[in-house]
Amino acid sequence: MERGPGPDGARRALGCLLEAVLASRGEANAVFDILAVLQSEDSEEIREAVRACGRLFAALLERGELFVGRLPSEDSVLAGSQGATRKYKVWMRHRYHSCCNRLRELLAHSSFEVKELALSTLMRFVQLEGVHPLEKPKWDGCYLFPHQLFKAVVEGLLSLEDDCSLLLSQFREYLEHDDIRYHTMQAATDIVVRVANRYLEVPFTFWNNAFTLLSAVSLPRQECNTSSFYVKHASEHPGWVGRGPHGAEHRKAFQLMWLGFLKHELPLGLYKKVLVIMHDSILPHLAQPSLMIDFLTRAYDMGGAISLLALNGLFILIHQHNLEYPDFYRKLYGLLDPSIFHVKYRARFFHLADLFLSSSHLPAYLVAAFAKRLSRLALTAPPEALLMVLPFICNLLRRHPACRVLVHHPLGHELDSDPFDPEEGNPAESRALESSLWELQALQQHYHPEVSQAASVINQALSVSEISIAPLLELTAFEIFERNLKKKCQESVPLQFIPAQGLLGLQDDLCAQHFTLS
Amino acid sequence: MGKARLAAFRRKGSGAPAGAQSGRARPNPNPFEVKVNRQKFPVLGRKARHAVGQPGVSRARAVQKRTQTLLKEYKERDKSNVFTDKRFGEYSSSMSPEEKMMKRFALEQQRQHEKKSIYNLNEDEELTHYGQSLADIEKHNDIVDSDSDAEERGTLSAELTAAHFGGGGGLLHKKTLQQQGEDEEKPRSRKELIEELIAKSKQEKRERQAQREGALELTEKLDQDWKEIQTLLAHKTPKPENRDQKEKPKPDAYDMMVRELGFEMKAQPSNRMKTEEELAKEEQERLQKLEAARLRRMRGEDMHGDSRKPKHLSADDLNDDFVLDKDDRRLLSYTDGKMSVEEEQSREASDGESEEDHHEDPSDENLEESSDPDGHSDLDSDTETEEDCGRPDTEPRLAPQKRLANNGHKAREAARNELPYTFAAPESYEELKSLLSGKTMEEQLLVVERIKTCNHPSLAAGNKAKLEKLFGFLLEYVGDLATSDTPDLGVIDKLVVQLYNLCQMFPDSASNSIKFVLRDAMHEMEGSVEARGRVAFPGLDVLIYLKIAGMLFPTSDFWHPVTTPALVCMSQLLTKCPVLSLHDVVKGLFVCCMFLDYVSLSRRFIPELVNFLLGILYIATPNKHGQGYTLVHPFRASGKNSELLLVSDEEDTATWQRTGLSLRWASGLKAQTKTEANHTRLSCLAVCVALVKHCVLLYSSLPAFHDIMRPLRALLTEHLANRTHPPELQELCQSTLSTLTNMGKQSQRCRPLVCEKSKPVPLRLFTPRLVKVLEFGRKQGSSKEEQERKRLIHKHKREFKGAVREIRRDNQFLARMQLSETLERDAERKRKVKQLFNSLATQEGEWKALKRKKFKK
Repeated sequence: MERGPGPDGARRALGCLLEAVLASRGEANAVFDILAVLQSEDSEEIREAVRACGRLFAALLERGELFVGRLPSEDSVLAGSQGATRKYKVWMRHRYHSCCNRLRELLAHSSFEVKELALSTLMRFVQLEGVHPLEKPKWDGCYLFPHQLFKAVVEGLLSLEDDCSLLLSQFREYLEHDDIRYHTMQAATDIVVRVANRYLEVPFTFWNNAFTLLSAVSLPRQECNTSSFYVKHASEHPGWVGRGPHGAEHRKAFQLMWLGFLKHELPLGLYKKVLVIMHDSILPHLAQPSLMIDFLTRAYDMGGAISLLALNGLFILIHQHNLEYPDFYRKLYGLLDPSIFHVKYRARFFHLADLFLSSSHLPAYLVAAFAKRLSRLALTAPPEALLMVLPFICNLLRRHPACRVLVHHPLGHELDSDPFDPEEGNPAESRALESSLWELQALQQHYHPEVSQAASVINQALSVSEISIAPLLELTAFEIFERNLKKKCQESVPLQFIPAQGLLGLQDDLCAQHFTLS
Repeated sequence: MGKARLAAFRRKGSGAPAGAQSGRARPNPNPFEVKVNRQKFPVLGRKARHAVGQPGVSRARAVQKRTQTLLKEYKERDKSNVFTDKRFGEYSSSMSPEEKMMKRFALEQQRQHEKKSIYNLNEDEELTHYGQSLADIEKHNDIVDSDSDAEERGTLSAELTAAHFGGGGGLLHKKTLQQQGEDEEKPRSRKELIEELIAKSKQEKRERQAQREGALELTEKLDQDWKEIQTLLAHKTPKPENRDQKEKPKPDAYDMMVRELGFEMKAQPSNRMKTEEELAKEEQERLQKLEAARLRRMRGEDMHGDSRKPKHLSADDLNDDFVLDKDDRRLLSYTDGKMSVEEEQSREASDGESEEDHHEDPSDENLEESSDPDGHSDLDSDTETEEDCGRPDTEPRLAPQKRLANNGHKAREAARNELPYTFAAPESYEELKSLLSGKTMEEQLLVVERIKTCNHPSLAAGNKAKLEKLFGFLLEYVGDLATSDTPDLGVIDKLVVQLYNLCQMFPDSASNSIKFVLRDAMHEMEGSVEARGRVAFPGLDVLIYLKIAGMLFPTSDFWHPVTTPALVCMSQLLTKCPVLSLHDVVKGLFVCCMFLDYVSLSRRFIPELVNFLLGILYIATPNKHGQGYTLVHPFRASGKNSELLLVSDEEDTATWQRTGLSLRWASGLKAQTKTEANHTRLSCLAVCVALVKHCVLLYSSLPAFHDIMRPLRALLTEHLANRTHPPELQELCQSTLSTLTNMGKQSQRCRPLVCEKSKPVPLRLFTPRLVKVLEFGRKQGSSKEEQERKRLIHKHKREFKGAVREIRRDNQFLARMQLSETLERDAERKRKVKQLFNSLATQEGEWKALKRKKFKK
């Protein structure tokens, strides 16, 4: 084979070979040359070869020059005495097969461009194979999909070693098509089961890839009758009935996929990721959402941020699917610890907590316990959280007038110590109703003026209408900072009248006491 | 529209007198001149304003008004120059002519009086007669007196003049005389007349002479009398006129000097000098006032724009370079929220101490500032000061205080030799940096001071902006110094004073600069926090900016445009920055110290700080039980940094001595040896425990004191239980814990909360709402604004109509005037033509008559 220098030369050479193969069956052996380039080291050459292969086999598939049916082994056919055409077809089908295998290997190539090209070529083969099936239909109008090939593709995507998130984001656009989505779900379920069975310690990257693929599968929300297909003629197939995006089959596949995935021991980071998208893109599409209860309960019992996140899914199950959850409020009470003011999911948690505690049928002791515990925690909270939690507590008191003794108890006796027991896990026994919210009184001395004002609300009789905490949920310290900076001062800026002496200040300042410049 | 306005103005302008006239107008007796507007239905209680009208009178008034105004304008339409009578009250209709005259006279007198001289007290008012000075007239008479012939002097009587020269007036006069004469005796010739005249004048002359002689006698007598009295009035200065006459010829140098001195502006009498006690008292009052203002701001009382609040004075007051002395500061540092008389007394009692301090202070300063080790600095400085005096133009604007200060900083003078004396204010940060870089600390300070002095805002208009910029540049420079590898903290330490002074001069721009750097720092943090949820501790510069902000602005205010954001910034540092190394611990502790300094006066509660101290105590605890406390972000109960401050080396523990932490640790100083690192660890722990103790004292009055301190107490107990610390630290822990327990016992028992009693809400009443009917015939239902709007629209419409009517009438009037003018012109022409014809006819007639005569002849 003559090859010019550089990729241009390679392209020209490959182009010649390609045309030769396509022009006459006599030149068929040139396919080997093309396939040989696929093994090259240079990614540029590989890409040229992949392109050439794509064009070659696409043309062959369209022409029907590949053997259809169960593939006999190459040697037996060549040795046997069938017709030359059949021999050619079987031989060519074997070449196609090895090409696909090579492309599948290329999905793990180091260069992303090669990966991308291999993926698109493979998907093109999938499309063409769907239209020109390489299997004999068992009956007329039988629904045929290149399961083997497609599964190989998905397997390539769910790599055990490499992080395929970029490639998966490329794959995402194929998932728009109903048939591809359906078959991806099936393939993914199989692969996850197989990998989990094969390895004792499943590598983290696999779970990550699997999650990326699974979360990319998103069922369309609205009912729309126009469904799109990647393999064109499949829509007419009667075999597709029920597998549409809103059919029971589709949902079932979706559910199987997720349940199969979630029943394994996942890394903690993945728990969080799954829980974050749970309420929005998983639960609504499940055939039987209540099956998710196992996973959610497990997550809820884990504690920490994961529990907070599981709350959302549980809420949907309780709210929309009549789930009975014993000791729900007790567990919720247990979730309250100082870290809730510092975690990333603070806004989500308080939004849900607001929902859970919005019922006016809750017993007073429960609400009082929550209010007392929150105000106790507020003693460790940063200002942005305080600005949210103080109105939250006040709202609780507004909703439940029986709890107002916490801030207004004119007949109460003076106590030696706070009767509230912070260590008690059961809100019923925390004796919150006998206590008062002294913590809020302490926070009236907070250094930030807005917090101090928010805490001073309890000094007067509480107003009737609740304060909406929705705008306060996402408040960050930087917003507070900007707001304070922009606030206009009516008069000139007041100045310190004690003259500065030096960097560390006066002698009785703490800085000067504890620090030196040298 | 312009015309309409003119018309309206005209109406308004002359409205008042017209109204006055109509008020005075008696009821017109003529029933034919009255127009009665008949009402269809009489309505009770309504005033009929225009029931009776007098069209004739009002029309006449309108015409009169127009002749006074519009017609005048019309006649002067082509004239560009205007004659204005500027006499006093000429156009004022409210003054009677007599009054006008009086006023004018008074004014004239005043003007004359003013014009002479303010110092001449003896001058009498000059009396005039017909505009001529009476004194002059008297002189005239004296002269006349010496010269007997009066006629030639020109005081001729009118009759005489008329007789001699026969003027027009005289002629008439003569005629009347003649007529009179004719009445008495008709035949009288011219000669007789003249003789009579001469006789008369001679008689007059004689009479006058006799009179004058009488007067002369009288004056002589008066003079003699005067001489008798004069001895009594010996002090009285001679008449100014006389003296003037005498002095005029010889203006003496001495006299001129005296005059000059006399006319020099004299110094205003001032208040007497204040005594020491008064000054001290005043100062104390001022400080008390400032302190009261600070307390009010701390409680946030004037948050809502209290207008009664006195203006904050500090900015102005400190402009006079006043430096508080020691005992005043002591007074201020006593700030438990009450300022009492006892304080004053105790201050006096402690005067001795403070005086000692006072004495020590300057020497300390000298020690600090005289970096020159050798004793020659004094000599140098002396020559230098002489140089200063010798070259006033190089440093001309040095204020006296500055000069004193310079004398005080003798050591610096040596460094001055190379430095120029005036500096242009830097226009950019690079410029400032190039000015300051490569110089020693003293030189840098000197440069900054000189820039400040040379560009004092009182010297030129643009200096204010320059110095405002200088503040920003200096701040940036400080930040640069702090971020460098070996931060020059000494320079920063001194520059802070300059920053303070600049800030006192320009509070607004200074606050803006500080806000700007703080915002920068926060923006950097924000990006990192959003990306990763945490951020490394920022460099030393941010910490120093925060510290400076706390020194330039009052930290105890309830709300302050600079310090409140700074507090938020520090809160972020304590909650978002994980402690990963010893440097972070030092930085965090420095932030804690600053935080507590910020709230030292207002005694406000800082949750983050308690959390942070808890975390620091935790990472220094050897065998953790984890009972009774929960760690909060950014600390973790386990992990590689959970034992950061642990010291296991017993030897290091034994050799440790408590010292202040160096700020250089915060800027990335590396520990040389392991021992050093361990010592720093122990120092950090000591600082932390000390801060805990401070917090305990500070927050002992808070209602939830127990709950706030519970975790700290648990950890301290653990520390004590371990007994691995050096004895000094152990003692500190022990004392802290005992304070904690004592405070806990002392703190008030838990009293259930009670809301303030609010005013009872009045019951809803069902009495109907009464609406006052203010104007009949108006819609009552609409809102007040709507009514007002309608009223305005109505008024506008009425005014518009009135204006249009006025314009129309003006035009009619003008047309009438033009017509009458034309008619007059025509009539005149006609008359003239007729006259011509007449004269021609007469001429013709005469000519014909002549011709006929000739012909007859």
